[in-house]
Amino acid sequence: MTTSVKIPAPLRKLTGNQAVVETEAETLIDLISDLDRKYPGIKERIYDGKEIRRFINIFVNGEDVRFKDGIKTKITKGSDVSIVPAIAGG
Amino acid sequence: MEKISGLKCRECGRKYQAKAIYVCEFCFGPLEVDYNYKQIKARISKEKIETGPNSEWRYWDLLPVETKSVISLGEGFTPLLPARNLGKLLGLEKLYIKNDAVNPTYSFKDRVVSVAITRAVELGFDTIACASTGNLACSVAAYGAYAGIKAFVFIPIDLEKGKIIGAGIYQPNLIGVEGDYDQVNRLCSEIADSFPWAFVNINIRPYYAEGSKTLGFEVAEQLGWKAPDHVVIPLASGCLLTKIYKGLKEFDMLGLIGKVRTKFSGAQPEGCSPIVTAYKENSEIVKPVKPNTIAKSLAIGNPADGYYAWKIMKESGGFAETVNDEEIIEGIKLLAETEGIFTETAGGVTVGVLKKLAQTGRIKKDELTVVFITGNGLKTQEAVSEAVSRPKKIVPTLKAFKEEFPRIKK
Repeated sequence: MTTSVKIPAPLRKLTGNQAVVETEAETLIDLISDLDRKYPGIKERIYDGKEIRRFINIFVNGEDVRFKDGIKTKITKGSDVSIVPAIAGG
Repeated sequence: MEKISGLKCRECGRKYQAKAIYVCEFCFGPLEVDYNYKQIKARISKEKIETGPNSEWRYWDLLPVETKSVISLGEGFTPLLPARNLGKLLGLEKLYIKNDAVNPTYSFKDRVVSVAITRAVELGFDTIACASTGNLACSVAAYGAYAGIKAFVFIPIDLEKGKIIGAGIYQPNLIGVEGDYDQVNRLCSEIADSFPWAFVNINIRPYYAEGSKTLGFEVAEQLGWKAPDHVVIPLASGCLLTKIYKGLKEFDMLGLIGKVRTKFSGAQPEGCSPIVTAYKENSEIVKPVKPNTIAKSLAIGNPADGYYAWKIMKESGGFAETVNDEEIIEGIKLLAETEGIFTETAGGVTVGVLKKLAQTGRIKKDELTVVFITGNGLKTQEAVSEAVSRPKKIVPTLKAFKEEFPRIKK
């Protein structure tokens, strides 16, 4: 099953400037590994080996994965995944 | 030679050009402005600052713009008031209030926006934008109008009326998003990726955030060129606390004040306290929360600078504390009744936490303590409308007043 993933500007050099990429995965960690196969280097940018990096937020269907199951969060068909850098206050 | 040498990742130290970028491409750490301090040290002095403008721009040498034509409505250089009545009540002998509720749009955000818009125009932008919990919205709208550039302001739709009107009056493009601030922020980060705008708290953030340093500079200057012993600061994203710290440290490094030994304490509302929770659990992971508090200007559930604020509070020997909605209202009333300052809900949080820290001995009675009041109560009137004195109605005769007098005098 394919899932579309929104890629933030700082990572687009790795995706050949694509803002949205397609992937196939059942959990978030699978998704990150799949992205890394297609766009080598992307994994270490967003994942420190244990957790999502401190300054990255990943949303599945609008929900921060830290409220779900973190890297084990399930990805279902047609899920909408966004990778978003942390933002300052307002 | 320019004073900005570039941008630098706060995490891994990678260097970047001083453009409208904000995260490290490698580790996603926040980018910060890197200055040519040697050059700044050669030309800055107390005397030069003291003869500068009565605004935050008296510290021009330490702000991230190259132009001298700054876009300013006179923000900053706000009063530092000795709080004798409140101090007496709380048993604190040297308590001061930094009253930033009296800025051009009535919050400390004017400091950051003046810097951000000056830099944005310097970088060639013709549109300024922001995601806001309210105060930033008012400020971006006003400064956009004054600078004559387009403004797009994104806010959660359920903000206080005073903040919606306080932004709307300047006729920006005002967008009310059905969601909380963290959702507005996320939306804006996607918009910032596809529209060529200067989002003050996104792609202009490294410059924007530097404006808050001036609160640290001013307090040190107003105390006669020294750092306070203890500060109490409201925490939303955590950015303000980290920048007040940076301001004092820069003054120290440049030899303008002595060694900084200030304790940094942070205040959050109970209904949105991810940074205080991390402090209390002694965990460097700041877990996001879903906010539920009347202090909407502090309702950031996923604080970008939470980790850094946590670290400064820990390392400086400061504390972190929360107050509930009721205590927030009590805090607003207490400041008004003792010091004549009407603050918004964020100020109620700060005063409430100050009270808790004083009562539990975590602030010592002889510590020179500064509490930061960052916003104005007229913008969040809903919070206290049930708690204020009501007018006693009388007919316009002396007799009527004399009859009422024994019942009303305090």
